[in-house]
Amino acid sequence: MGLLRITSPHAHGPLSTSRVMQYVLLATVPGVIALTHFFGFGTLINIAWACVVALGCESLALVLRRRPLGFYLKDCSALVTATLLAIAMPPYSPWWLIAVGIACAILLAKHLYGGLGYNPFNPAMAGYVILLISFPVQMTSWSGPRGLSEVPGLLEALQACFHPGAFDGVTMATPLDIMRQNDSLLMEDLWARTPQLGRWAGLGWEWVNLAFLAGGAWLLYQRVFTWHAPLAMLASLSLMAALFYDGGSSASGGSPLFHLLSGATMFGAFFIVTDPVTSAVSVRGRLIYGAMIGALVYTIRVRGNYPDAVAFAVLIMNLAAPLIDNYTQPRTYGHHRSGGEQ
Amino acid sequence: MRKLFDFHGGIHPAEHKHLSLDGPVTEAGIPPELVLPLAQHIGAAAEPVVAVGDRVLKGQLLAEANGFVSVPLHAPSSGTVTAIEERLIAHPSGHTATCIVLATDGRDEWTTLEPTADYRALEPDALRQRIRNAGIAGMGGAGFPTAVKLSPRPGSQVQTLIINGTECEPYITADDVLMREQAAELMAGVQILRHLLQPAQTLIGVEDNKPEAIAALRAALPAAPGAEIVVFPTKYPSGGEKQLIEILTGKQVPSGGLPLDVGVICQNVGSVAAIHDAVIHGRPLISRITTVTGEAVQHPGNFRVLLGTPMSYLLARTGYRMEKNRRLIMGGPMMGFAVPDASVPIVKTTNCLLAPTEAELPTPPPAQACIRCGLCAQACPASLLPQQLFWFARGKEYDKLEQHNLFDCIECGACSWVCPSNIPLVQYYRASKAEVLQLRRDNERAEHARLRFEARQERLAREEAEKLAKRAARKQAAEMRARATVQGSEPVEDPIQAAIDRAKAKKAAQQAGADNPAGELEKLEKAVVTTRARLDTATSKLEQARAEGSDLVEALQAGVEKTRTKLAAAEAALQNFQQANTSVPAAAAAVDPAEAAIQKALQSRQAEAQLSPEDKTRDQLGKLEQRLEKSRARLADSRDSGEDPKIIDALEATVTRLEEKRAALLAELPAPEDA
Ligand code: SF4
Ligand code: SF4
Repeated sequence: MGLLRITSPHAHGPLSTSRVMQYVLLATVPGVIALTHFFGFGTLINIAWACVVALGCESLALVLRRRPLGFYLKDCSALVTATLLAIAMPPYSPWWLIAVGIACAILLAKHLYGGLGYNPFNPAMAGYVILLISFPVQMTSWSGPRGLSEVPGLLEALQACFHPGAFDGVTMATPLDIMRQNDSLLMEDLWARTPQLGRWAGLGWEWVNLAFLAGGAWLLYQRVFTWHAPLAMLASLSLMAALFYDGGSSASGGSPLFHLLSGATMFGAFFIVTDPVTSAVSVRGRLIYGAMIGALVYTIRVRGNYPDAVAFAVLIMNLAAPLIDNYTQPRTYGHHRSGGEQ
Repeated sequence: MRKLFDFHGGIHPAEHKHLSLDGPVTEAGIPPELVLPLAQHIGAAAEPVVAVGDRVLKGQLLAEANGFVSVPLHAPSSGTVTAIEERLIAHPSGHTATCIVLATDGRDEWTTLEPTADYRALEPDALRQRIRNAGIAGMGGAGFPTAVKLSPRPGSQVQTLIINGTECEPYITADDVLMREQAAELMAGVQILRHLLQPAQTLIGVEDNKPEAIAALRAALPAAPGAEIVVFPTKYPSGGEKQLIEILTGKQVPSGGLPLDVGVICQNVGSVAAIHDAVIHGRPLISRITTVTGEAVQHPGNFRVLLGTPMSYLLARTGYRMEKNRRLIMGGPMMGFAVPDASVPIVKTTNCLLAPTEAELPTPPPAQACIRCGLCAQACPASLLPQQLFWFARGKEYDKLEQHNLFDCIECGACSWVCPSNIPLVQYYRASKAEVLQLRRDNERAEHARLRFEARQERLAREEAEKLAKRAARKQAAEMRARATVQGSEPVEDPIQAAIDRAKAKKAAQQAGADNPAGELEKLEKAVVTTRARLDTATSKLEQARAEGSDLVEALQAGVEKTRTKLAAAEAALQNFQQANTSVPAAAAAVDPAEAAIQKALQSRQAEAQLSPEDKTRDQLGKLEQRLEKSRARLADSRDSGEDPKIIDALEATVTRLEEKRAALLAELPAPEDA
């Protein structure tokens, strides 16, 4: 009578990979709204264009690799990569910059290594770093936030993306740049003199970070990932900032709050560090992985030459993840605490 | 409040237990045919003690335990044994196994049972023997012989006796209703176990999703003073033995070890109730409670089912809608397996029959890539890294698999359940375990072969050395003799006498090897007799198979051939032994080696004469006539009692065959006057 012969388990939980990816996409909404509010439509256009390019690249790679299109596109992983990279890029980036970044992310960082699940580097961050090294000028031109400068309208934004030669936007140093370049002012004075620094960590940026934090908290609540890696990263970043705060002197690297709410901190902690494919797997491993990213972010922010450090820190730790896994295998039931056999 | 411990991981799948909890346990009735696999437990299959055609009573022994890790099998109802043959059984790989097939007569007549008035008066070993004789094997699903589990190594102390009433798998409610309806028997069973094991504490563990069972147990608790009911939060797989032990005691069973290593013995509530029945009433394990559930049955519930009842019979009583059911699962949705066919029988470990609709438990979609989300590692109760194991399993990296403790996986399925990419992780682990075991066996075999080869080389070298030494000794003796003749003095040693002495010594040594010739003889004789008996049953089985036109004829034929060779070997061994034993005194008595040789030759001629074809035929004829007599009697019997015509047909066919054979043998023999 043709009974199905499948082995156990026969039941399955509610979560699916496509669902996980959709949750991640959904969780970026507050952050994207904040970005749009403070910097205009640039980010939205980035995202839309990036998604189009990403689907094209993904389809191309799947066709070349002779994989069924529908089944693999359904996992939404390409859309996640595209959205994350688009958020990380400066608004009003020209179309070709985005296209190159996405192509690098999807074709090189993902499919060249064997596709989803096999990529050692976070594709979005790999794409970002390639762009940053190849096109440093375009990649460091952030426009000023609303309240400090004129925010372009939708039409201007579209023009900036698809007809870049005709667009002349105002770019400004980001709070992180200001902090790095400061070597003479006490923190107090620096804040008093620079309106861009806002209340704690930069006008607009504070809210953008808080919005990404909210999205991340929702993902945590949905149990899409565990708290270990993101919280370890935030904790170690704060710790480093506290250690080197130097009482707010001119040599200070900035307060913990400044670092928590500046740049891509929250976005990185909840949307990049949590990328399961490229992080360590065990609980202890994820704590180490996150903590080291936090320490690296601080170091690169304060000592390095780039506007933000999340991408570099993540890529370096991507490399270290297998090693961490090797040394953090959890103690299996019935084995001694030392990890050896009884 | 007792301190509870938590185990790592675990999941909360939808329970669906209410489906089968509507009414009380119902009797499933007596099906026309019961199919009883000889192996319903872990360990060696039981050995049949009945033959085809035998009428048996309910509770009568059908097959006896074969070794320590084995349990006997009893008739679940009265009727006639119609076959002992290969049948499809409930096994994940859908294979067949030897089963005793019983045609029930509907009278359900009990054999005489031996109740125990006071089990406290019994020695622990006698008590254990009773449990063993009742055929009880772990009823929670694993089927490990209960008596073996209750036999702690001498010197080990049982700290904690744990009664497992957890039943953490979704859908299954067999233990739940057992606790509700048989709490008193259960407590009496607990008392028996406490008497047997003398544990320092007795804990009855139940998940908090069974309030009614807990209430019933509480009400019955005064009957088991010293036992304690421990209720803990529901989480799958808290009913796993290792997990339950951790919840209740905080201890972990060492990897590769037994619960007893941490002073614990675990028993499922179903087994405890069966122990009660066996000890108090002398009733063997012949039925069990099975949950029939799933949305493809219209009247789910719990049934008291005779072992051997075909699943289709049970399903038919529950309004099973076959067209809605894509897979029929024995056990729960997490660890149960899909049976190949609804005709397979219910066995001692069948706690549930789950017939879900496609919407209820959909066919899994194709697996996506592992995104290393780690959900599986969070869910794994053994604290493994399932995603890494999966990776290594695909790459067939067996060293890594073992390094990541593949063999500590309890196959609970939690990892597959949570996996968002729908990867059938457990399937990979099962396959890998089998591969690793196979590899180990292969290595062992290679190692054996190596050792054997080395031993052989060594032996050859030794023999060569001995030969050389002997040659040297002979040469020396010859020289000495020559010298003695030359000198004309008395020989130092007569070489012939020396040879005789040597022969004697050798015989004596051989005899000493069989340290007790009479005992040895008896053993060999017994071997011949039992093998002969086995050959007889095998032949009659074969005949019946032929009569029924069964497709097992070939397999049975092979079996008969094998037994026949065995018999020949046994007979030869017996003869050799007899010969050797008679020739020893002869050799000892004969001072003259020549005479000994002559005697030996005579004896062997005699032995040959004993084996003359004519005698053999006569011997066969005698045996055949005996069997014919027996078969005729049985046939007459069954005709009188108006048994199943199928059986009568089979018996008739047997008689005819035997008669034909007899005629053939008679034709072979020379006329009686000539003899
Ligand atoms: S749950 Fe599935 S997808 Fe996630 S890590 Fe485990 S195996 Fe991979
Ligand atoms: S099946 Fe094995 S690996 Fe998977 S959760 Fe259970 S014990 Fe862990």
